[in-house]
Amino acid sequence: MNDGLAALGRWGLGVFQRLGRGHLFLAHVLAGLPTLLPRPGLVIAQLHAVGVLSLVIIVVSGLFVGMVLGLQGYNTLVDFGAEESLGVVVALSLVRELGPVVSALLFAGRAGSALTAEIGLMKATEQLAGMEMMAVDPLQRVIGPRFLAGFLAMPLLAAIFSAVGVFGGYFVGVGLLGVDDGAFWSQMQAKVDLHEDVYNGVIKSVVFGFVAAWIAVFEGYDAPPTAEGVSRATTRTVVHTALAVLGLDFVLTALMFGE
Amino acid sequence: MTPGTSDDVLIRVEGVHFARAGRPVFDGLDLTVRRGRVVAIMGPSGTGKTTLLRLIGGQLRPDRGRVMVDGQEVARLGRGDLFRLRERMGVLFQSGALLTDLSVYDNVAFPLREHTDLPEALIRDLVLMKLESVGLRGARDLMPAELSGGMARRVALARAIALDPLLVLYDEPFTGQDPISMGVLVRLIRRLNDAMGLTSVVVSHDVEETAAIADDIYVISGGKVVEQGSRDELAASTSPWVRQFMRGEPDGPVPFHYPAPDLADDLLGGEGA
Repeated sequence: MNDGLAALGRWGLGVFQRLGRGHLFLAHVLAGLPTLLPRPGLVIAQLHAVGVLSLVIIVVSGLFVGMVLGLQGYNTLVDFGAEESLGVVVALSLVRELGPVVSALLFAGRAGSALTAEIGLMKATEQLAGMEMMAVDPLQRVIGPRFLAGFLAMPLLAAIFSAVGVFGGYFVGVGLLGVDDGAFWSQMQAKVDLHEDVYNGVIKSVVFGFVAAWIAVFEGYDAPPTAEGVSRATTRTVVHTALAVLGLDFVLTALMFGE
Repeated sequence: MTPGTSDDVLIRVEGVHFARAGRPVFDGLDLTVRRGRVVAIMGPSGTGKTTLLRLIGGQLRPDRGRVMVDGQEVARLGRGDLFRLRERMGVLFQSGALLTDLSVYDNVAFPLREHTDLPEALIRDLVLMKLESVGLRGARDLMPAELSGGMARRVALARAIALDPLLVLYDEPFTGQDPISMGVLVRLIRRLNDAMGLTSVVVSHDVEETAAIADDIYVISGGKVVEQGSRDELAASTSPWVRQFMRGEPDGPVPFHYPAPDLADDLLGGEGA
């Protein structure tokens, strides 16, 4: 009984210690970001690595998610004779929910895990310690550009995901199932609100980008410098990002759309 | 060995106590490194030689005592001052610690680009001169993964001296090297020290190689300096411990066997008996 309590206490303390380290780490990284202003090349290189190289998985997934939405939406709507609203259903689902959430989950699997593994291995091979001894702060030189790139790339990827998804829905609904072309677009234009829907979706993806990039770089930096430590950190990045994104999605949705 | 005057001394370690995970590593360590010398710190594995380098570089702080480098107490420096001191310090890590996403050329240029505003043409000249001094000017376009262990360490050495430091710290520079690259490294450390007016601290347990180039040798064991002096003075040491270490004898004051109960008792008293 006592042993169980002690173990629970140790676990709890460990969790709070990590949370504390994570927030101090974030504060240091954010404080160091202004040093990147004169050196945009560092951020651009990382934007390429985490953003551009994630495009294939984002575009392909967005297309299929949009096509499935078109198919499912049509089958339901057609029973009510409302299949002309398909464009609204597809666009709202993507812009409000699936765009930010699914692209954040894909981002964690594609770019977040890579960031964690890269930083963790740099630590394990003494590259970060070497930089410190060369009087270069790795938080500014290595972590900062990667964090910023992840944060900036995420909303753009979510927007691309949603845009491609709408075309996927259009292809299935209009192209294959015969929904009226004009109705598809005009209903979407009439019912999707820039402030209510699009802006809120963008806010979600900005928040998810911040959290996903933070978790990825922190897990790498905090990883024990061993093969096992880096492997566990990479797994934790994907799991924690997924949980954080889904949990935050509920909170944000409740704040934005809950009356 | 004559005790150096204060100006002559670059590193002064005074009464340093340091414990890690409750286990004492240093228990009142004292040593001095004079400018322009190659100083060897030797001792068996696990005596905290690398820890000593980390204390000098300010990555760790002593529990008690002081580490002074160029008149400054390292543990008391703020981050800015510590980084300014480190700009004048080159460190050669055991692993080389080259940045794996940069070429040999960019690795050596890294400290120059980070700490100076020199035009790229001048950086190119400096990098090629540093690479020439370690014999790897021709390898400038290779990536770290394409280098042999000895070459990687020489590139790391070129990077460590890129900013013309005051002091170079070598962490086990000879470990895992074949005889040829070992000989190359041994000569390089001595030659660079004399040609560039450096001060070098070499931490190693490769007795022969290290002793061959060191002006002063400190032997550490049990958290303290057990012997110090020149190579000849150490060779003539009457301490059985130092003799065992310098000659690499398997048994002596440092026993071959880890402490254990009597063998006969152990064999007869096992669980199967």
